[in-house]
Amino acid sequence: MRRWLRRARDLRVTLWTLIVPPTTWAVHFLFSYLWAAVSCAKLGSWARFPTAFAIGTVAALLIIVAAGLIAWQQARTPGAPAPHDEGTEIDRLRFLAYSTLLLSGLSFIAVLFTAAPVIVLSDCR
Amino acid sequence: MSLHAQDDPQLRREQEARLREVWKPPTGWFFRWTDVNNNRIGVWYTLTAFGFMLFAGVLALIMRTQLAVPDNDLVSANTFNQLFTLHGSMMMFLFAVPMFEAVSIILLPQLLGARDLPFPRLSAFGYWSFLLGGVFVGGSIFFNAAPDGGWFMYPPLTTRTDLSGLGADIWMLGLSFIEVSSVAAAVELIVGVFKCRPPGMRLNLMPLYAWYILVVAVMILFAFPPLIAGDLLFEMERLLGWPFFDAAKGGDPLLWQHLFWIFGHPEVYIVFLPSIALFAMLIPTFAQRHLLGYPWIVLAAVGTAFLSFGLWVHHMFATGLPKISLAFFSAASEAVAIPTGVQIFAFIATLWAGKVKWSTPLLYASGSLAIFVIGGLTGVMVAIAPFDWQAHDTYFIVAHLHYVLIGGTLLPLFGGLYYYWPLITGKKLSDRLGRIAFWIMFVGVNLTFFPMHLSGLEGMPRRVFTYPADLNIGWLNLASTAGSYLFAAGVLVLVVDLALSPTRKKAVRNPWNAGTLEWLAHPDDEDWGIRSVPLIESRYPIWDQPGFVAKVDEGRFFLPDAEEGRRETIITSVLDAKPVSVIRLGTPSVKPMMTAVALGGVFILTTYHLYLLSALSGVVTLACVLWWLWDTAEIPEKPEKPIGHGMHMPLYISGPAAPGWWAMFITMMADATAFSGLVFGYYFYWTIHPDFGAGFDGPGTYWPIVALLLSLASWAATLAAREVHARGAVPPARALLIAGAVAALASLAVGLRCLDGLDPKANVYPAIVWVLVIWTVVHAAVGAIMQLYTLARSLAGRMDPAHDADLRNITVYQHFFALTALVAYLTIGLFPEAGL
Repeated sequence: MRRWLRRARDLRVTLWTLIVPPTTWAVHFLFSYLWAAVSCAKLGSWARFPTAFAIGTVAALLIIVAAGLIAWQQARTPGAPAPHDEGTEIDRLRFLAYSTLLLSGLSFIAVLFTAAPVIVLSDCR
Repeated sequence: MSLHAQDDPQLRREQEARLREVWKPPTGWFFRWTDVNNNRIGVWYTLTAFGFMLFAGVLALIMRTQLAVPDNDLVSANTFNQLFTLHGSMMMFLFAVPMFEAVSIILLPQLLGARDLPFPRLSAFGYWSFLLGGVFVGGSIFFNAAPDGGWFMYPPLTTRTDLSGLGADIWMLGLSFIEVSSVAAAVELIVGVFKCRPPGMRLNLMPLYAWYILVVAVMILFAFPPLIAGDLLFEMERLLGWPFFDAAKGGDPLLWQHLFWIFGHPEVYIVFLPSIALFAMLIPTFAQRHLLGYPWIVLAAVGTAFLSFGLWVHHMFATGLPKISLAFFSAASEAVAIPTGVQIFAFIATLWAGKVKWSTPLLYASGSLAIFVIGGLTGVMVAIAPFDWQAHDTYFIVAHLHYVLIGGTLLPLFGGLYYYWPLITGKKLSDRLGRIAFWIMFVGVNLTFFPMHLSGLEGMPRRVFTYPADLNIGWLNLASTAGSYLFAAGVLVLVVDLALSPTRKKAVRNPWNAGTLEWLAHPDDEDWGIRSVPLIESRYPIWDQPGFVAKVDEGRFFLPDAEEGRRETIITSVLDAKPVSVIRLGTPSVKPMMTAVALGGVFILTTYHLYLLSALSGVVTLACVLWWLWDTAEIPEKPEKPIGHGMHMPLYISGPAAPGWWAMFITMMADATAFSGLVFGYYFYWTIHPDFGAGFDGPGTYWPIVALLLSLASWAATLAAREVHARGAVPPARALLIAGAVAALASLAVGLRCLDGLDPKANVYPAIVWVLVIWTVVHAAVGAIMQLYTLARSLAGRMDPAHDADLRNITVYQHFFALTALVAYLTIGLFPEAGL
């Protein structure tokens, strides 16, 4: 596991990887909304799907955690002096990775927020 | 040209003379308006938006006067409807969003050490579109023809021509026109941030203002197009009777609410984030230290941008959607408080850790944060659906949104005005008047809007022109009215301060002792933007890089000269800002203005149902665009030029490294988003109808598939043309372009064939099929024009295998066109067959 994480440091970091966690939230959110809307309109109920919803939520959380773990490793890339706000290759990497890590945290919470109502609400009224 | 060469004062004077000549603004009573330099366009833009703000503010004062006492009859109900609709629409569309674009057009090149943004003429086009559309919409009230359906224009009130007059068309078409200019500005700003940064300014050294601008411009790309799609459906209903929002014929007014608020909620953050971005610039200056938590601010900006797209239904809590749907949006609405809070804490921490200078701009910043936080807290309250059902459509909401918008947009902009006035005019505003204005406004805002919470909870509904005395809210309303006049008095003091500015003497350079690049600006500024494009090694180069200002001024960095007499700036790579080329920028021209006038003609003439003239105006617009484009992507007289320090940069690039490629890509993202709004409409109708389309003829499967194959053939031909052309086979590439255009035109004809026998007035099913097909075939036609244009460029010797930007750019268009055709034809042709 640790070796894998180390290897994660060599993965490419771009603006696209920065938005992986919030995009995961967005996809999860959109699916939750569309699914609820369509099944409430077409079937009149949504109660029969909580298991699938739980699986989707766990999958989204796993993607976010994975992105966060990789980012966490990359944010600790050694080589440049603190406080890491210089114009070096490593500081740029650390910055993008750290921002990705923070976005993972926010997205994780946001996915939990989206999932929470399903615990108490399961019908279409 | 080496470092030592710049030691020669004679050489420096000659370089300056050449730069001055190249960047000389046009003169003459008419031609001075053809300028495209960002410093001038930005100022016009700002002043115009400021003027619209004052105008919309006066409308609000009239409303408050009407509401001062119960049963007042100062204005009629009809006039009152026009007043509040125009007040809201103008503040949002003609002040808040354009003001952000205007300020960014002024500041961004300076923040990025660029001579100008990559497409100066596009900025000019955006400005002229904005001015025309704004005057058209705002002026309508003088003819008693202003829109009167509320700033969100809910159908069926606004789509039924017997209930609402010309005003609704003026709103739809006038503001659609302005949305075009907003998307144009977004393209300009995104490409500016990505490609025009100075060498060395990696993403982690970018000023936070640029981060915010990038995020906000991307939000515009995804937020405005759904509204443009909604506008399209709306006008189809009003002008042609296609029943998109008419429940009697299968339509649904809720679709408009969805499309409007998918735009409308991100819009709140689109106007809020740029203002908070001003704080991110001025707080480090007055704390005299680096901003704490740079990545946390980026988190806040990006996080807010994403979450803001998951909030739109909280404007629709009272429409009877399933509770589970409401709960999802309620959850996201609560979550967005996290990133919003993070940035406020980062600002407080920076002030805490620094040596604070209590200046006027900082007073505005801290005061507006206090007001914003109150609006934010009531926002968290109304994000909870059961509370919202009580407060919905009452003055509680009016109070909430004004606290948010005044604290989050207006007062920060005033703070920014005090901060950046010396940058633009070289003179400081009066600290004393500024503080007086602030305190009057601060008290005025609270006196106006705090009582509205109470009058709302007492049951006063929004958008009523009067109220009975027994409701017992007379004193609350009187307080609000008094507060609004107090606020207006504060604004007046500020305007007086601005008006006195010409009488004051110039301030010193960088009067606040700021650390960021834009403060290189000299009080007696030149039009060239920056003397030489610096190498950046810090987030606050003026503070941290020794001798920085002198080196820039003495031309010791890059591109200190304009040997060929051309306006130029450096293009760098997206992540690490490595120089990749020098581009030649657009010079003053009448073309942007003419294009804006012609395009304005299309929208304005359509409002008055003058379809023939409108179509003619469309043809003129197309001609103007082609005429404008013909000079772009020119083949340079030499392949590369020196930019100093022994570096040579190519003068021509194509593909993903080039600004033009990015502009096409970004524009098409917006286009695809608008299209997805229409597709959303199709599936939305399918969702709400148990038997969507039953009883009406559909397009069948055969013709949509043929049209799809022809569209894909056009795409494949363009792709093949690009590949063989790059390998030097010019004649086959030309033949492929012709083949592509023929396929596109054939797909157009077959696409229209799909619509045979479908009556779009009868039901929403044929109507939405019509819209999807029309959207797609119009794109086929535009694609064909592009293919033929590229062919003409090749024949005219303006494109060859080494200089193929045109062909690469139209290939990007074709990728999006292929995707559009795929989704549209499969939706109309195959989805009904699925039997769902």
